[in-house]
Amino acid sequence: MTKQTQYRLSRRDFIKLSAGSTAAMVLGLSLERCSKEELAPAFKFDANIYVSIASDDTVTIVMPRSEMGQKIFTALPMILAEELEADWSKIEVVQGDLNPIYGSQSTGGSASIRTHYDRLRQAGATARTMLVAAAAQKWAVSPEQCYASEGYVYLRDSTKKLSYGKLAETAAQLPVPDDVQLKDPKDFKIIGRSIKSLDSAYKVDGSLKYGYDFVLPGMLTAVISRIPTFDGSVKNYDDTAAMQIPGVRRVVQVSAGVAVVAENTWAALEGRKALKVEFDRGPSAGLNSEQISKQYREALEKVDGILRDDGDVSKVAKKPGKHLDMEFEVPFLDHAPQEPNNCTAHFHDGICEIWAPTQNPKRSFDAAKDITGLADEKIVVHTLRMGGAFGRRLAADYTEDAVEVARHFDVPVKVVRMRSEDLKHGVYRPATMHRLQADIGSDGLPLTWSHRISGPKLGWHGMITGGADELAYDVPNVLVDYTMTPLPVPLGAFRSVAHTQNAYVNECGIDALARLAKQDPYAYRKVLLKDHPRHLGVLDLVAGKSGWGGPLKPGHAQGIAVHYSFNSYCAMVAEVSEEKSGRYRIHKMTAAIDCGRVINPDGVRAQVEGGIVMGLTAAFHGQITLDRGAVKESNFHNYRLLTMAEMPEIDVHIVDSDAPPTGAGEPPVPPTPPALINAIAVLTGTYLTRLPIHT
Amino acid sequence: MPNQINFKLNGKAVEVDVDPKTPLLWVIRDTLGLTGTKYSCGMGICGSCTVHIDGETARSCVTPIESVQGKTIVTIEGLAQNGFHPVQKAWIEEEVPQCGYCQPGQIMAAVKLLEQNPNPSDADIDNAMSGVLCRCGTYQRIRKAIHTVAEEVKHD
Repeated sequence: MTKQTQYRLSRRDFIKLSAGSTAAMVLGLSLERCSKEELAPAFKFDANIYVSIASDDTVTIVMPRSEMGQKIFTALPMILAEELEADWSKIEVVQGDLNPIYGSQSTGGSASIRTHYDRLRQAGATARTMLVAAAAQKWAVSPEQCYASEGYVYLRDSTKKLSYGKLAETAAQLPVPDDVQLKDPKDFKIIGRSIKSLDSAYKVDGSLKYGYDFVLPGMLTAVISRIPTFDGSVKNYDDTAAMQIPGVRRVVQVSAGVAVVAENTWAALEGRKALKVEFDRGPSAGLNSEQISKQYREALEKVDGILRDDGDVSKVAKKPGKHLDMEFEVPFLDHAPQEPNNCTAHFHDGICEIWAPTQNPKRSFDAAKDITGLADEKIVVHTLRMGGAFGRRLAADYTEDAVEVARHFDVPVKVVRMRSEDLKHGVYRPATMHRLQADIGSDGLPLTWSHRISGPKLGWHGMITGGADELAYDVPNVLVDYTMTPLPVPLGAFRSVAHTQNAYVNECGIDALARLAKQDPYAYRKVLLKDHPRHLGVLDLVAGKSGWGGPLKPGHAQGIAVHYSFNSYCAMVAEVSEEKSGRYRIHKMTAAIDCGRVINPDGVRAQVEGGIVMGLTAAFHGQITLDRGAVKESNFHNYRLLTMAEMPEIDVHIVDSDAPPTGAGEPPVPPTPPALINAIAVLTGTYLTRLPIHT
Repeated sequence: MPNQINFKLNGKAVEVDVDPKTPLLWVIRDTLGLTGTKYSCGMGICGSCTVHIDGETARSCVTPIESVQGKTIVTIEGLAQNGFHPVQKAWIEEEVPQCGYCQPGQIMAAVKLLEQNPNPSDADIDNAMSGVLCRCGTYQRIRKAIHTVAEEVKHD
C-alpha cells in the first residue's frame, strides 16, 4: 500500500465537506456548483492529505486548522501553492474535519504557520513532482526535461505543455516519491507577497456562514437558562408557561441549566423568559473580586514554584533611590468574540454529529465522547467558521451544551448563547497580582529582579507564568516564582495567554528602573539586550520609525516596550496625551515585528493591528468583575471594546528575515499595554499598576 | 390571531406571520433565511445587526417586526443589485475583514454615512462608525476604505 492510498481522502469526504458548506466554507464554490459536480464528477487526483487536483484544473487545498480571522486560509494555501507551482486563481480551500491523520488540529499559540511551513511545502512539492513525472511519462521523456509553472508542466525547449488537470489521472497512478526537491526561497513567487484573502468577498456580501448561521433541515434552536454561579445547581424548574409559548417544543435539564428548545430563536428566548427556574447558588455564592484580590495578596507571602533563580537576589542591600517595589494587578478578561458561542449537534443512525465553530475540534470530540460514551467512530466533528475566537473557542463548553440538549431529539439542535450569558459564562483570562522588587547599582544598571506572580491554581502554571521567566535583560540576580490560590472560576487561554500579564510587569518594571536610573528607556533597554539581536532588531526598528526622542506635539509623550512571545519578537511605541477630562488619548502606535520569513506581509500587518486593538482594549477597558459568585458584566455597555473614536493611527513595520517563519497573532498583544502605560508615566511620573485604566 | 406583517425586503414584497414583538433580526435570519445580518449583543449596542429601514440605519436586534409594517428594508444581501457596492469593493481592496462577522453591519453603516456625506472627515467617521464594534480591531482599515470610496466618488 502506498502512502497515497493510505492517506487518500475519499471523494465522498470532499462531497460531504462541500455539501455541508453552508457550513463547511468551500471558498469560491457555491452550493449549485457542488450539486453540478456531483452529477458530473470531475476526476480528482488526491495527491496527499492536503491537496487534490481535479481534471478541470481546480486545486483543492484542505485546511485542518481553523480560520477565525487570522487569515491562515490564505497564508497556508500560499505555502502549498508555492511549492506546487499552482495557478493561484485555481485554488479552492475547504475546511478539513476532525481527522487523526492531521495530528493536532488545535488552532492556537500563533502556531499555524510555524508548524505547517515545512509540511505544506513538502505536500506541494510532492504533488508537483508527481505531475511532472506524469507529463514526462506522457511525452516519453525524463522528468528532468520538464518543469512546472503556474498550473502547467512544460517540456523544455519546446512549445509542449499540459495543464495539471490534464495530468491528474496519470499522476494518480504514480507512486508517491519519498524525496522531493523543495524550491530555493529566492525563486518564491507567492510566499512573501501581500496576496488578497481568498474569502473577503464572502465576508462583505454576507454569504459566509458562521456557526450561528448554520442551518439543517428540521433543525431546532435552543437557549439555556444558565446556572448563574460557577458551582451552583438547578433546584427545580416549572416549564408550564414556557411550553405555552408558540414554537416552544420542549424543555430539558442539562449540566449548564435548563434548555428551552424551539422552532426558532425568538420562540426559544420567549420560552426562556417564561421558564421558572430556581437555582442553588452553590458554595461559592459569596465570591467577589475584592475577596480574590485579598487572597492573592496574602498568597504573595508564600511560594509554590520557582521558575528562575540566577545568582542571589538577597545579597544586594536595598538602598534609597536605588530600589524599586511595585505591585501590579490585572482583572479577569473575557474574549468576547463578536459571534457568541454556539454549536449544533444531531443524533442520527447511532452517530453523534457535531458542527462546532471551534479552534479545537478534538476537544469537542472528547466532550461528546464523555457525555455519550459512544465509540470513536460514532462521533463526527465538523469545524465551522467563527466570528472571532481569541482562545475562547479552544474550550468545548458550547459543544457540551449542544450534545446534552440534542441527545433528547432525533432532529438537529443548535444551542445559541446571547451576549449576556456568553460574557457571564466564559473561560476567563486569569486575574493575577504581581510583586516586583528590583535594585540598580551606582551605574544605574539592574542588580536584582524579583518577580512573584500570584494567581489562580491551574493544572498548568504556564497559564499565569508564561513569559515571566523569559526576561531577556541582562540582570545578574533574578528570581521569578509564583503562588497559586484555588478558585472556582473557569479559566482559559486568552490571545497571548500569560504574556498579557507578564509583559506588562516586565516592560513597565524595566521602564521604571530606567526612570530610577535617569536614563532613556530605549537606550537603557539596548544596553541590557546587547546579546539579544532579534530583540534589538525590533527595538531599533520601532524607535527609528516612531521618531523616538524627536519632537512631539505639546502634551504628547511616547512609551516603549519590547517582548518575545510565541517564537516572535515585537516592539511598540505608544504616543499619548492626557485630555482635559483626565482620560488618556492614544494617538499613535508604531509596531515592529520579527516573525521570521513572512508568508503574507499584509496578513501580518492585519494581525499586528488587531493585536494592538486587543491590547489597548484590555488596558483601557477590559474587566470581568465577580460579585456574589457570578460575573457582573452583562454586555458591551459594561464590558467595553475599543471604538473607532478611540482608535489610534497604527504603523506596522516588519523585520526582513529569512529565519523560519513564526506567528503574528499573539506577539503584538503583550507589548501594547506596557508601551501605553510607559508613555503615561512620562506625562504623570507614575506607572499605572492596576488595569484597566478607564472603566 | 393573525399577525401578518408586510414589508419590502431587498426589493421584494414579503409577508410574515410571526409574534409582532419579534425583533426584525430574527425574522430576517430565522424566518426569511438571510443570515448576513448578524446577532452579537441583542441590545442595539454593537451594530453587527445594522440594516437600512426606509433609508436610515437601524439596529434590527431591537426593532420589533410590527414597527416595520409597510416599510422598505435593505440588508447586506440587498446592498448591490449586481456584483458589489463600491463600499464592499473598497472593503475587499483594503483587506478590511478579519473574522468578518461584524463587517455586514460596518458596511451598512458606512454606506449610509457616505450617502449623507460623500467626503467624510476622520471626525465624521468617528461619529458615524463608533457605534459599530469590531473585536478583531479592523477600524484603521475601515477608516481607510471609507476614505477610498470618497476619493473614488470625487474622481468620477
